[in-house]
Amino acid sequence: MEILTKPRVVVGLGSCGIAAGAAKTYDRLSAIKAAGIIDFELSKTSCVGMCYKEPLVEIHDERGWVMYGDMTEDRIQEILNRHIVQKETIEEFAVSTKSLNGSEDAFFEGQVRIALRNCGHIDPESLEQAEKHEAYQAIRSILTTKKSSADVIQTVLDSGLRGRGGGGFPTGLKWRFAAQSEGDEKYIICNADEGDPGAFMDRSLLEGDPHAVLEGMMIGGYSIGASTGVIYCRAEYPLAIKRLNIAIAQAKAKGYLGENVFGQSDFSFDIYVKEGAGAFVCGEETALIASIEGQRGMPRKRPPFPALSGLWQKPTNINNVETWANIPWIINHGAAAYAAYGTEKSKGTKVFALTGKILHGGLVEVPMGITINEIIFKLGGGIQNGKKFKAVQLGGPSGGCIPAELGNTPVDYDSVNATGAIMGSGGMVVMDESTCMIDLAKFFLHFTQDESCGKCTFCRIGTKRMLEILERITEGKGEPDDIQKLETLAYQIKNNSLCGLGQTAPNPVLTTLKYFRHEYEAHIFDKKCPAKVCKPLLHYSIDAEKCTGCTVCAKKCPVDAINGDRKQTHIINQAICIQCGECYTVCKFEAVMVD
Amino acid sequence: MRINRIAVGENISLDQSLDMLPLEPVFKKYKNKHGSLIPLLQAAQTHFGYLPGQVFQMIADETGIPVADIYGVATFYAQFRLKPVGKNIIKVCHGTACHVQNANSITEAMRNELHLKDGETTPDGLFTLESVACLGCCSLAPVMMIGDNTYGKLNGKSAVKIVREIKMNASVGKQ
Ligand SMILES: Cc1cc2nc3c(=O)[nH]c(=O)nc-3n(C[C@H](O)[C@H](O)[C@H](O)COP(=O)(O)O)c2cc1C
Ligand code: SF4
Ligand code: FES
Repeated sequence: MEILTKPRVVVGLGSCGIAAGAAKTYDRLSAIKAAGIIDFELSKTSCVGMCYKEPLVEIHDERGWVMYGDMTEDRIQEILNRHIVQKETIEEFAVSTKSLNGSEDAFFEGQVRIALRNCGHIDPESLEQAEKHEAYQAIRSILTTKKSSADVIQTVLDSGLRGRGGGGFPTGLKWRFAAQSEGDEKYIICNADEGDPGAFMDRSLLEGDPHAVLEGMMIGGYSIGASTGVIYCRAEYPLAIKRLNIAIAQAKAKGYLGENVFGQSDFSFDIYVKEGAGAFVCGEETALIASIEGQRGMPRKRPPFPALSGLWQKPTNINNVETWANIPWIINHGAAAYAAYGTEKSKGTKVFALTGKILHGGLVEVPMGITINEIIFKLGGGIQNGKKFKAVQLGGPSGGCIPAELGNTPVDYDSVNATGAIMGSGGMVVMDESTCMIDLAKFFLHFTQDESCGKCTFCRIGTKRMLEILERITEGKGEPDDIQKLETLAYQIKNNSLCGLGQTAPNPVLTTLKYFRHEYEAHIFDKKCPAKVCKPLLHYSIDAEKCTGCTVCAKKCPVDAINGDRKQTHIINQAICIQCGECYTVCKFEAVMVD
Repeated sequence: MRINRIAVGENISLDQSLDMLPLEPVFKKYKNKHGSLIPLLQAAQTHFGYLPGQVFQMIADETGIPVADIYGVATFYAQFRLKPVGKNIIKVCHGTACHVQNANSITEAMRNELHLKDGETTPDGLFTLESVACLGCCSLAPVMMIGDNTYGKLNGKSAVKIVREIKMNASVGKQ
């Protein structure tokens, strides 16, 4: 432990923290510090994953450290006074403490942080701090002990690490193919396109610990014999791009990147960042390569796999951000230490992004094999507003919905696949009883249909036809054979598409059909939406007992469908009603009923 | 989203008065480098806010890539715009997390407040309304981004308030 000469205040400045107001809190702290009345050291870090409590501020002093949540700019002065000057701990806002009373928030209990080891703990813009936390130790030891590339690959193989970008292909095996490919010029690519809407672990890693990703790529480069690395990062992540570029410049200045790294070795490696231009399909490896080359990001047939012919037709190894971030830890701590976590076929840990109707939304890293229920209820704190857990969507647009009944499914590649969903990148969107599963399936299909590159007929037109059917169903115009049609189309698309986008696009429909068929039937046959989401299927009426005749609904109705005199029961004219729900929202007496 | 963007209502402008000089250094930097088309388009869009017709001709002249191919690339990626945009681009997130937290109500509130449809710009050129798929702040859903600022945990009302503040600051700035 380092010795503190004065209290240190650390603000979490990840994109999510900043969106919640952390930059303003930081500015306020700078002003307080400049005023000189309270003496403390001010620094910044990135996101620890506890997004639901942002902005987060940690205070370290001789008593230990406390992490405070909801630290908006208007609150920080008081907290500082009470904590630093009056030596109090403000229980009300303390979300996690250490050495004070030893209690850790349940959110961190049960987590094993390997990929996220430094996220939220170091200043991501300081190489010095990163180096205090093992940065560049792994590559340095490989180079100084002259460990052979075959040995490094063997270590990665033994760790059991599988690609975290979705496919789950054994990373060591992929490296071996690329290492065995002939060629004097080879490339390493980091896939930071993170297209799954609802997943943000890659962003958080890049913003929180960019050096870990750079070092992972260097080790990969050494192993396969590449001297150039490209990070393909989506343009929607400006802070990640900025911090990556800072980290690259720092590493170059110190001679960790460039010609003969560390000044002596005969290994040279350079990394640059390529900004994506907004296309989900560019997460697919061959499309990503086409995009780096400046073309439309259309996938191509494999083989040849990138290991044989990738970027500029040279052997290329492409891995996901989280995969890369695990590598230095595996080298430093050994394959066995990594493989000690997880299940037989899914080793190690996985980062999940908890979002949707969950109480504690954020990022968690857990050993593979713990159950969905453990993640949602133990770490995630359960469902918002005391509602009922209905389903969780895993794997984004390529994945599927796992119903609450299967909450005991362990999260490992094979168990998740068996449900019809996929592990994907680790986005977990939690849904409660107010989510309509048909609406959700329609949402995903709209997304994939929009993002299809258009090369394959079934992916381009088949998804459009499926979307049209779903639109009809949610408008109350479903026909008895629609379910049959959806299933036929789904299998045709799966079997006749070139890339993963088309092959998996029907998954959300197939899994909701499998687990929530009754909801489809309610929409089609009874013309009802059980979750009360699909507006055209809703029926609004006014409860005569509760209506006070206040006239608010009649005034708000955009189509004048509500009649009634002041202090008289109001009535909705169903022939005119457009089911906008305005009356339901504005009624203070809960007199508007919807079914 | 994509289709709307490609099917531009107006003719793609070939405004001759555009000053292309500021782009010269970028062209120099990427001269004879392979894979430079997307960075060139990105640089042009950063400068003009959109891709004016002239840019296509200029890139074609400088790189030898056929104009048709350049259009092919520009229309493939969601980032590129072929018509001018407002000063503030409102990007309402419609990713999964935001969708289940009722992102539609944010877009609806924006439409009513600004009288805009997706992809349109207000007559005063102050706002353009867009839908995007995930800004990476999913745990704060629903989220929107205006310029470089991201706003989370929104509802229709708070979103409108943010836009009104920008409007007010803009009108103060003018006086
Ligand atoms: C449509 C589609 C989108 C994808 N998007 C991503 C992505 O955003 N990030 C990612 O790492 N991998 C993505 N992948 C998987 C990549 O093609 C590739 O398998 C992965 O980057 C390999 O890295 P890994 O072995 O470390 O997982 C996508 C695949 C498909 C078919
Ligand atoms: S499956 Fe779809 S996205 Fe993939 S190559 Fe075919 S058309 Fe393009
Ligand atoms: S889904 Fe909206 S920010 Fe990710």
